[in-house]
Amino acid sequence: MTTQESRKRWISFGIGLIWLFIILWPLLGIKPEGLEFMPTLSLWIKLAVASVCVMLVYELNRGGVFDPIKRTGASLKDSTQRLYTATPNWLLICIALAFAIAFPAMTGRYGHDVACNVLIYICLGLGLNVVVGLAGLLDLGYIAFYGVGAYTYALLSIHYGISFWLCLPVAGALAAIAGCIIGYPTLRMRGDYLAIVTLGFGEIVRLVLNNWMDLTNGPNGLMGVKRPGLYWLDFTNGWSLEHIWLKKVWMFYYVILLIAIFTIIAVYRLNYSRIGRAWEAIREDETAAELMGVNTFLLKLLAYASGAVFAGFAGAFFAARMRFVSPESFTFLESAMVLAMVVLGGMGSIPGVMLGALALIALPEAFREFDVYRMLVFGGVMTLMMLVRPKGLCPAKRVGRRSEEAE
Amino acid sequence: MANLTLSDISVRFGGLQALTDVNFSVAEGDVVGLIGPNGAGKTTVFNVITGVYKAASGAVRYGDQVISGMRPYQVLGMGIARTFQNIRLFQNMTALENCMVAQHCRSRCGVVRSILRSPFQRREEARIEEKSRKALAFMGLEEYESEVASNMPYGHQRRLEIARALASEPNTILLDEPAAGLNPAESHELMETIGRIAALGINVLMVEHDMKVVMGICTHLVVLDHGVMIAEGLPEEIRKNQTVIEAYLGH
Repeated sequence: MTTQESRKRWISFGIGLIWLFIILWPLLGIKPEGLEFMPTLSLWIKLAVASVCVMLVYELNRGGVFDPIKRTGASLKDSTQRLYTATPNWLLICIALAFAIAFPAMTGRYGHDVACNVLIYICLGLGLNVVVGLAGLLDLGYIAFYGVGAYTYALLSIHYGISFWLCLPVAGALAAIAGCIIGYPTLRMRGDYLAIVTLGFGEIVRLVLNNWMDLTNGPNGLMGVKRPGLYWLDFTNGWSLEHIWLKKVWMFYYVILLIAIFTIIAVYRLNYSRIGRAWEAIREDETAAELMGVNTFLLKLLAYASGAVFAGFAGAFFAARMRFVSPESFTFLESAMVLAMVVLGGMGSIPGVMLGALALIALPEAFREFDVYRMLVFGGVMTLMMLVRPKGLCPAKRVGRRSEEAE
Repeated sequence: MANLTLSDISVRFGGLQALTDVNFSVAEGDVVGLIGPNGAGKTTVFNVITGVYKAASGAVRYGDQVISGMRPYQVLGMGIARTFQNIRLFQNMTALENCMVAQHCRSRCGVVRSILRSPFQRREEARIEEKSRKALAFMGLEEYESEVASNMPYGHQRRLEIARALASEPNTILLDEPAAGLNPAESHELMETIGRIAALGINVLMVEHDMKVVMGICTHLVVLDHGVMIAEGLPEEIRKNQTVIEAYLGH
């Protein structure tokens, strides 16, 4: 029985190796002098030896050689799991918060930069999570709202010199309006059709930014966006308020940390309110939701608008930090990236999306030593993650949560 | 409390005449059974009442208000809830959450109040939860409140559908084949449940094929065949009606 099974595995393994060779040959073998055989063969032999080793380990594992090691691993996992469930939620949150606040002291400028990026994408991911994860509307043009927020602050700051803090809600509001404008015509669509239309809208926004020379200065972008200012207590000569401009990256880090914390709390509370439940009902079964008293038209529009608000905030911050905006920052690739965070982290799960943002922004940085192969490794890791955890890194939990979560 | 009245309802899908001049009413305290062979248009009647389909002519009145032309969520707001022939629960949500969704139209906190978690919002959430728990308890599902709907056994899913409809605090409930797929013991239990629902003062309109259930519980029957009402009356009368027997058995 077992020998037959393993023979079957080895046969398919052999077929796989031959297939790999056939694929590799034209890729590596075509030279100006003609089709060469040797370079392909040498690489193929290396790969074959490596994969045979992996197969042998796999076979030994099936044979039960590693059972003792696995048992200790399982018990270790068990005990950490017990520790995790035993720790109250507020303690975990406090630890995370303390770490987030102390973070700038632990790293240098580069670390602050990466952390800012991660936090921006956490905001974006959580915003998109409302649209995709909760309401189940696949939105491929989400980055457009990020762009709207960024250009709102950039234009208001350059032309009127309005402070960042005043522009933040304006950017959110304009992004929400943009969300309604994009949301309205797409409300009758579902699934793939919706994805295509939102994709188109995202491109429209980018092209408008790219071509409206008078307003946006086209592909050259807008320069000279002001930094956020802050009033600070000054003790040098008694009590006085002093206005300072945020210059250091770690100062920006605290600003985006504040925005991110607001986003997390807002999305969490929306998730566990009647609005969030209605969104989830729409995701599960739109017709049934409408028949159970949910105004699907209004709530889908609301999902677009409130998702867009968070992107608007993140966009305004982005403009303030870079002090420069150009349409290049708002391409489809960015939309796909944010969507990948939501899917990778686990749709509808707030810690999941945060983990997804961390993975997608911080991992490419961690892989810098792989040099040219950085993105290749990154892609491989992503594929592996989705294979191992198809529901996301940290899928949304449900069972029994409602009664436990009464604060 | 109000009477649900259908007057001269006709529905057409392209060239197909699904319903022709259907007239009947559900009076207070009634348990009305809507029966007929497959494809007779029973579910279409439900869809017209709840606003999924538009009637080509005729009107649906609830009390003194015309509800035909309203959107489905508005119809629920009027107090008409329904269940589905093929179970349509929110599969990935818990039993309690399923019921809490039905309270959506009875609550009104918006985005801002939800984000701020104002005292009003907390009170409202508590009220929603309490009412949903009550609906679950009424259907005997209190143990399953934190169970995800798709993990529940079939019979319990059927009951959860009714609990969800009850959670919207209706005064008329439309049951679309509630006994489909239930074993004799379960359908007997269902009859009792429907009796208890009627005792709450909720009017019941049900589509059902199980004649034992229909004859056992309904105070009034309406028979449809090919979209035409062929008979209406007390269960004993319908049982003896020659047209009805022909419609079911063929000529």
